[in-house]
Amino acid sequence: MEEYGGGDLLGEAMCAGARVVVVEDCVEAPAAFVLHLLLKRALAAGGGGGAALLALAHPFSHYDRILRKMGCNLSMHRKSERLHFFDLQAFPGGTRGGAIADSLAQLYSAVQRVVETYRAGENAGRLTVMIDDVSLLEVAANGSADDVLDFLHYCVTLTSEMNCLLVVLIHEDIYSSEDGVGLLAHLRYIADLVIKAAPLSTGLAADVHGQLSVVNKGMLIEQRPAKGQKVWNFHFKVKENGADFFYPGSRH
Amino acid sequence: MAAAAAAGTGGQTLGRSSFSRAASSKTASSSSSPTASGVKLGPNGAAFVSSGIPDLDRILGGGFLLGSVVMVMEDSDAPHHLLLLRAFMSQGVVHKQPLLFAAPMKGPRSFLGALPAPVASSKEDARQRAMAGGAAGDGRASDEGLRIAWQYRKYFGDERNSSAEHRDNKQEFSHDFDLRKPLERHLLNAQHIECLSTQDLDTLHDLQDRCSAFLSKHQRKEGGNLSAGRIAIQSLCAPQCGYFGKDWDMVSFLRSLKAMVRSSNAVAIITFPHTVLSDSFCKRWQHLADTLLSIKAIPDEDKDLAKLLTGYQDMVGFLHVHKVAQTNSQVPVILEASTFSLKLRKRRSLVLERLNQAPVDGSSGPSSGGSGSCSSSTQGSQLDF
Repeated sequence: MEEYGGGDLLGEAMCAGARVVVVEDCVEAPAAFVLHLLLKRALAAGGGGGAALLALAHPFSHYDRILRKMGCNLSMHRKSERLHFFDLQAFPGGTRGGAIADSLAQLYSAVQRVVETYRAGENAGRLTVMIDDVSLLEVAANGSADDVLDFLHYCVTLTSEMNCLLVVLIHEDIYSSEDGVGLLAHLRYIADLVIKAAPLSTGLAADVHGQLSVVNKGMLIEQRPAKGQKVWNFHFKVKENGADFFYPGSRH
Repeated sequence: MAAAAAAGTGGQTLGRSSFSRAASSKTASSSSSPTASGVKLGPNGAAFVSSGIPDLDRILGGGFLLGSVVMVMEDSDAPHHLLLLRAFMSQGVVHKQPLLFAAPMKGPRSFLGALPAPVASSKEDARQRAMAGGAAGDGRASDEGLRIAWQYRKYFGDERNSSAEHRDNKQEFSHDFDLRKPLERHLLNAQHIECLSTQDLDTLHDLQDRCSAFLSKHQRKEGGNLSAGRIAIQSLCAPQCGYFGKDWDMVSFLRSLKAMVRSSNAVAIITFPHTVLSDSFCKRWQHLADTLLSIKAIPDEDKDLAKLLTGYQDMVGFLHVHKVAQTNSQVPVILEASTFSLKLRKRRSLVLERLNQAPVDGSSGPSSGGSGSCSSSTQGSQLDF
C-alpha cells in the first residue's frame, strides 16, 4: 500500500499468468468498463496482440465509440484483422427453437478458426477471447446452462492449447439466489482471476463509482512477484477515456 | 412533409381550437430544424423523446433516449405505473408519433380513452393557464418566501434560470397533461396507433412479430429524418397472460426487443410487476433495461412519514431511478438524488420533486427520525440526506 492511488492498480493486481478472467458485476455497479480496459490492453500497440469479441449485449458501434474515446480505434483493428467481432445480438437467430447445442458448436468452431488463423499468422502477442456477457448467452440458450458451460469449457481449452486469454463478463446478482447458482459457481471455479465490481454500501457518489475486488486464484505462492498479493480491494471512478483506481480515501 | 402534415392537422383542429397552438409551434420548429416533432437532440449523438412528464425529462437528462428500453417496476398494490404509461402514450399521440400498445386486458384500445389531454389545449385554457401559471409562479414565489434555510439549495440562481429557459423549449417537446381530461377522440382514431392484447397470447412470438414489424418502419438511417416510434407494454409478465411462467421466453423476448429497438428510432417502455418474478429473473430483467425506474405507492396514513416529509398530502408515491440510459459512453450517470416524490398538483398534473425532509426540532429529532426510517423500511435507505 505504499503507492496511494498512483499508477494503474488494476494492472498491478492482475498477474500476467492468468488465463481465465471472470468479471462479475451487478445492476448497481456495471463492470462493462473493465471489459473495455482489457480490450484496449489486448489490442495495445506494443504487444501486438489480438482479440475476438463475442458481443451479445451491444452492437459494434457501441464498442467502437467507447474505445475510440479511450484511444483505441476498433474499426481499424477490425480491418487489419486484429479484432474479430462476432455480432451475436440476434444469436442464435434463424429458426426459433432450433437446437442450441448445434448453434453453440458452430460458434465455437468459428472462434477456433479465428484463433488458428491468428496463430498461423506472424503475430507475436496473445489472443484475447472476450464474452460480453455470459448471462445473455444463457438467455440465448433458453436457460440451458449445461450447453453454455460446455461452450465455456471448450473456450477454456483454447487458453491452454492456443495460449489465449479468456475474459468473461457475468452478472453476479442474477445468481445470488440459491436456485440458480450453477453457472456462476462453475465460472468462479475455472477462473484464475476474479474481478468483482460492487457498489459502495453508502450508495454511489459522483467521484466514486464503486469498488473492485480482484482475487488472484490461479497463482501459487512461489510464482507470485514480490509485491503480489492474493486479494486487492480498491475504489474506481469510470471516465470517458479510462478509469481511475485508488485506495479508499486516497484521492489526490 | 412534416410541415404539410402539421398544417393539415392544424386546419382540421382549428375549428375546435384544440390544438392549434401546438401545431403552429411545430411547423415553426420543423422549418427551423431538421428534426421531427417531439425529438430533441442531445450531446454524444443522443436523441430524446419526451416521457410526457417534464420533470422526468429533466431528471433523466433530456427525456427517454431513442433506441433505449425503459423498464418500470410496478408497485404491487397500486397502479401508479399507469400514470407514467399514460403520460408517455399521450405525449406520443400529441406529437403524432406512431404508437404500439400492448396490455393484458380484453380491449386494449379502451385504455386509450384514459389518456390525458395536454393542459391549455384551447384559447380559454391558454388564458387560464397563463393565469394559473402566474398563480403557480406566485405560489412558488410565496413558497420560496416561506422556505427556510434547510432548503437553501432551491435558491441557486443558475438553476432557476435554466429552468426558465427550459420552459420555452417545453412548449413543443413535452407537455403538461391534465389527468382529469381525456384526450380528444379524433387524435385517438388516427391510423398510427396499434393495440394488442397480451391476455390471450400463449407465446410471445406474436408480440415479437408485431414489435419487429412496427420497428422496421423506424429503422435508423444516416441523416434521415428522425421520426420516432413508441412502444408501450403494460405488465409484460402479468399472471393473466397466456405465456406467464415461461420465464426464459420472456427474457429472450426482452433481449431481442432490446436489440431491435437499439437499431431503430424508437423507445420502448415496459412496466412489469416484479414481485411475480423470481429474484434471479427479476435481476435479469433489470440488467436488460437501459433505463430502470421503480414506482412505490405510499401508504395512506403513515403519520411518521408525514412528519418526516414536507408536502406529504399531495404525494401519491415515490419514483426511484435505478439506471439511466447512456449512449456511446461508459460513464454511468450519477444523479444527485435518485428518489423523487410523485405528486399530483391540483389533482391533475403530475410533478416529480426531490424529497424535502422537514426539519425536526431538537427534542424529538432522533426519535422521530428513527421511527421514520423504521416504519418506512421500504424507502428509509433511499432518503439521501
